Amino acid sequence: MPVPKLNILNETIRNLYFHVTMWFSMIILMLMSLIQSIRYLSSFDKLRDLRAETLASTGMFIASLGLTTGMVWAQFTWGTFWVNDPKLNGAAVTMLIYLAYFILRNSIENEDSRARVSAIYNILAFVMMIVFIGVLPRMTDSLHPGNGGNPGFGNYDLDSNMRMVFYPAVIGWILIGSWIAQLRYRIKVLEINKENK
Amino acid sequence: MKFIITLLFSLFCSTITMAQDVEMADVMRSNGKIYVVVAVIAIIFTGLMIYLIRIDKKVQKLEE
Repeated sequence: MPVPKLNILNETIRNLYFHVTMWFSMIILMLMSLIQSIRYLSSFDKLRDLRAETLASTGMFIASLGLTTGMVWAQFTWGTFWVNDPKLNGAAVTMLIYLAYFILRNSIENEDSRARVSAIYNILAFVMMIVFIGVLPRMTDSLHPGNGGNPGFGNYDLDSNMRMVFYPAVIGWILIGSWIAQLRYRIKVLEINKENK
Repeated sequence: MKFIITLLFSLFCSTITMAQDVEMADVMRSNGKIYVVVAVIAIIFTGLMIYLIRIDKKVQKLEE
């Protein structure tokens, strides 16, 4: 597939198919986790809480992949592994927020209150994620494209050839992520069934 | 299995450090920086593999 020829980026523009898709699928997985948390709060079905947890942890895994790939990409285009970019710091804060979600889960002994508190925290965490990686980077200038007032990708860095690869890749990573989350969920269910026996 | 993972990781780290000290004529910046894309794909692949092995161990525990 031909790609636009750009300075500094050179062939690394192809990382769009790998690095950016990670974050897209992470956001979708966190959205699914949020939906499961809300459904838990309306039904108090413990399996929904379990689903929310596995989806969020898979989302965290994909986010960590997105972060490391982004760091390698930054090293060879921006010069360092970490720049003081609002999007990078926002992503780091988001990951810390979700880490706190898992710490919160593990710190509450009582099952019912754990599920309830973590579901409520998950709603907060999702809103914070949108603020930190969706809203705040757009308010200031960022090294990431599509920031500083102009949301999304501009036509200068994503042409129709790239879209043809990019969007299927996003869908594929979302499917892989939800598949992994489903596997982990099934393992958890088996473990719980085993304990109850 | 752990040996293979550490080997892969150390190979990967060595390419990065190699690219750090010299600015122009190195592996990562050659051929239009295509090796950066290779490194990114390698990270994702090893990450997925480690994750899958962990899931596999969990299933193994359940099977016992």
